[in-house]
Amino acid sequence: MYAIDMLNLTKRYGRTLAVDGLTLRVKEGELLSLLGVNGAGKTTTVKMLSCLTRPTGGDACLLGKSICRDPAAVKSLIAVSPQETAVAPGLTAKENLALICGVHGFSKEKRNQRIAELTGLLDLGGILEKRAGKLSGGWQRRLSIAMALVSEPQILFLDEPTLGLDVLARSDLWEVIRALRGKVTVILTTHYMEEAEALSDRVAIMKDGRLLVCDTPQGIKTAAGTDDFEQAFISTVKGVIS
Amino acid sequence: MRMLTFAGRNVKEILRDPLTVLFGLGFPLILLLLLSAIQANIPVSLFEIQSLAPGITVFGLSFITLFSAAILAKDRSSSLLQRLYTTPLTPVDFILGYTLPILPMALAQTALCYAAALLLGLDLTVDILLAILLNLPASLLFISLGLLFGSILNEKQVGGICGALLTNLTAWMSGIWFDLELVGGVFQRVAHALPFYHAVELARATLTGQYGDILPHLWWVAGYAIACTAAAILLFLRQMGRQ
Repeated sequence: MYAIDMLNLTKRYGRTLAVDGLTLRVKEGELLSLLGVNGAGKTTTVKMLSCLTRPTGGDACLLGKSICRDPAAVKSLIAVSPQETAVAPGLTAKENLALICGVHGFSKEKRNQRIAELTGLLDLGGILEKRAGKLSGGWQRRLSIAMALVSEPQILFLDEPTLGLDVLARSDLWEVIRALRGKVTVILTTHYMEEAEALSDRVAIMKDGRLLVCDTPQGIKTAAGTDDFEQAFISTVKGVIS
Repeated sequence: MRMLTFAGRNVKEILRDPLTVLFGLGFPLILLLLLSAIQANIPVSLFEIQSLAPGITVFGLSFITLFSAAILAKDRSSSLLQRLYTTPLTPVDFILGYTLPILPMALAQTALCYAAALLLGLDLTVDILLAILLNLPASLLFISLGLLFGSILNEKQVGGICGALLTNLTAWMSGIWFDLELVGGVFQRVAHALPFYHAVELARATLTGQYGDILPHLWWVAGYAIACTAAAILLFLRQMGRQ
């Protein structure tokens, strides 16, 4: 069974076709990056897969559960770390984690256990008692990912997780994402070519809502006849125009 | 349980904002003290404590609208709601989670106003308890107005609409600061068609033991509270669907 099996997935907003017949399969434990220029349909795809918006056509099954027919079951399998910082600013980092444990109905014991595990995994010990709103962008993103991992999701959506972070904070976050490879199926959207190349098992390049190519970073470079992944991306996207 | 966790978070977010506490609890008290001082020097029947205190309790509720609108607008802008929409929380959990924590705050604000009014000479009667209780429909009305605005406006707009416009509307249309009959005409008719005047008259009738005058005003306030709550739920669900 595939972790994600999209079949002709389509989303239309009025006259705008945001995602156009996307057919794509993602294996369990795989880290797939969605790349594309602004308006390519990456975020809309993530929103459909995470049941935040209903497709206007097609369907997708996440570990066998349909996003159209069984969104509640899908929600129990996934977690999302949205594009913008999605933390409760007035709560401490620990209280933010406890909030997500609570909305998932965890017992007090399980809540404490998950907070301890995630504190270790994401090295949150130093900021656990600090208000989330007072943390730096890097730590807020790290906390945001920890909150997404609270429910032990089998599929994790990271929507531009390192957007606006400095080099060091981004590098730290890459380590966190690398640690998830093989354990959790990760769908990552990003504008950073080096990020997609460094982290992904495969990269899907989208343009105008359509899938142009889905291959390993090396496969994309080979097809474009270049060793530079950014150049390969540009060639792929522009190749369709010409 | 899930809803209570979410509600608990909302309580913490609101109470940890010092401006909230200052405006929500402090500002109505300052007004009460100030106008009582004016009343002591230049007696005006409208500012006698048994007339002024119920009005201040209703006016204070307009700040409650600001709290409920601000927290929802902030959650929408920070994508926290988007994250929570992918959890098992249901729409009912969200609406109750935003409403229930603010109701006790509204009651506490009302009770504090009456406690201060007691110090300023208000007679201690059981009617005070009844007045606090009968402020619940008005509290629900102002909270639902907050959820309504918070569902459609951003943080900055919430400050303008709820912080400035609604507080002024409540002040002008309620008959707290001036007798509406002195203005008369269209202004008075509009004021009588809105819930703020009825909320104040309801509180005044309760506090002064004129029980026969309660129901006509209660229907107005309860009707508006139900209509605004329904509208707030619809708008909340609409923005939830738009995610």
